[in-house]
Amino acid sequence: MIALALPATTQDEGGFVAPTIAETHLPPLFSIGSFDFSKHTLLVLLSVVIIAAFFMIAAKKGAMVPSKMQFLGESAYGFVRNSIGKDIIGGRDFMKYVPLLFSIFFFVLINNIYGAIPLLQLPTFSHVGGAYFLAIMVWFIWIGVGFKKHGIKYLKLATVPSGVPWYLLPLIIPIEIISNFLVRPITHSLRLFATMLAGHLIVMVAGAGIEFLVTQENILLQGTSLLVLAGAIAMYFLEALIMVLQAYIFVLLTAIYIEGALHADAH
Amino acid sequence: MNEAIILAAEGEVNPIIPNIWEIVVVAIAFAILMYIVVKKVVPAFEKIYAERAEAIEGGIAKAEEAQAEATAALEEYKQQLTEARTEANRIRDEARSEGAQILADLKEKAASESARITEQAHVQIEAERAAAVTSLRAEVGTLATELAGRIVGEALTDDERSARVVDRFLADLESENAGAAK
Repeated sequence: MIALALPATTQDEGGFVAPTIAETHLPPLFSIGSFDFSKHTLLVLLSVVIIAAFFMIAAKKGAMVPSKMQFLGESAYGFVRNSIGKDIIGGRDFMKYVPLLFSIFFFVLINNIYGAIPLLQLPTFSHVGGAYFLAIMVWFIWIGVGFKKHGIKYLKLATVPSGVPWYLLPLIIPIEIISNFLVRPITHSLRLFATMLAGHLIVMVAGAGIEFLVTQENILLQGTSLLVLAGAIAMYFLEALIMVLQAYIFVLLTAIYIEGALHADAH
Repeated sequence: MNEAIILAAEGEVNPIIPNIWEIVVVAIAFAILMYIVVKKVVPAFEKIYAERAEAIEGGIAKAEEAQAEATAALEEYKQQLTEARTEANRIRDEARSEGAQILADLKEKAASESARITEQAHVQIEAERAAAVTSLRAEVGTLATELAGRIVGEALTDDERSARVVDRFLADLESENAGAAK
């Protein structure tokens, strides 16, 4: 909170004004009542169009020997299906969760990658709402899977670890409840949101910094803007990596949670 | 903390408080995506996978079938070869035993034939001998009578004459014999 407040304290001194979080929320393109149709809204809807169009065109021909595009689509689909669904959930029933995992992975991936594309430059999950929605949806799904598979016994399976001495249970059970049922959706959503917001802020700060330095009268100070630019480019590649990585982590955790609920009796 | 309150008062956004409309937008977008993925994308890719797996497995099955066929044919040929060999051996054995049989038959026949010929010769010789004996016996009588008659008729006084008579008799006998032999 202190860091967020810094701009307010320096604003009056005529120095460098760092961009604030408020600036990540652009003014809406148009509004219907309290609903603001913003760039953010447009990008979210666009991601659905991009994913659906790409995979439907890739799979359209269904050729035995795939074209380049079909091969790409198959590889992407196979990655989620086999490396995440089959390897983590496994068994015979992983196919049931492949559509969910597939949708989550590419939805998060495309919405993150926006942050690395010039002009778009807005990772959708730098706004916390979407991350909350996905995490809570996943939370409902894995808890539902657990109860469906094990019935009411799932509560015991999920909160009472086997092989723990009885006198530790009063301590362990609350910890398990908090870590499994309360903390998971929070960490699941905030991890994605925070990394995306941080990446977005770095881009904004770097941009504002370069602008500030270039407009200085001192030529040496102007020159330092090149250093900032070099740093910003390095950060850009790091961010691009994190965008892909966070999409993977998000869907990986989803699969792990579902697997944990399915096989609660084995853990 | 004070600053935060000031910021909030200034309309500053708290980043972890969501905008409800953003949740709605993401929820709707994700629902649409999920629907398309469930209805179209996953079935399409699964179909491609299944078809490809089937094509490969079909090829393998076909190859296995051909292999089995070839094995069966080889087995059949081997069987036929074995049968032919057995047949050949059987025929050879048969021929051998048949040959031996024929040889034995021939030998037996030859032996019996020679025995028959020998027998026949014996019989003939015996018959001829008997005939000779019979004819001799008849002739000796006549000769003796004739000889005696001559001796008597010529009067046996002259020694020289009697010797001539005997000589003549013997010559007659010889010439008669020679005539008979002719």
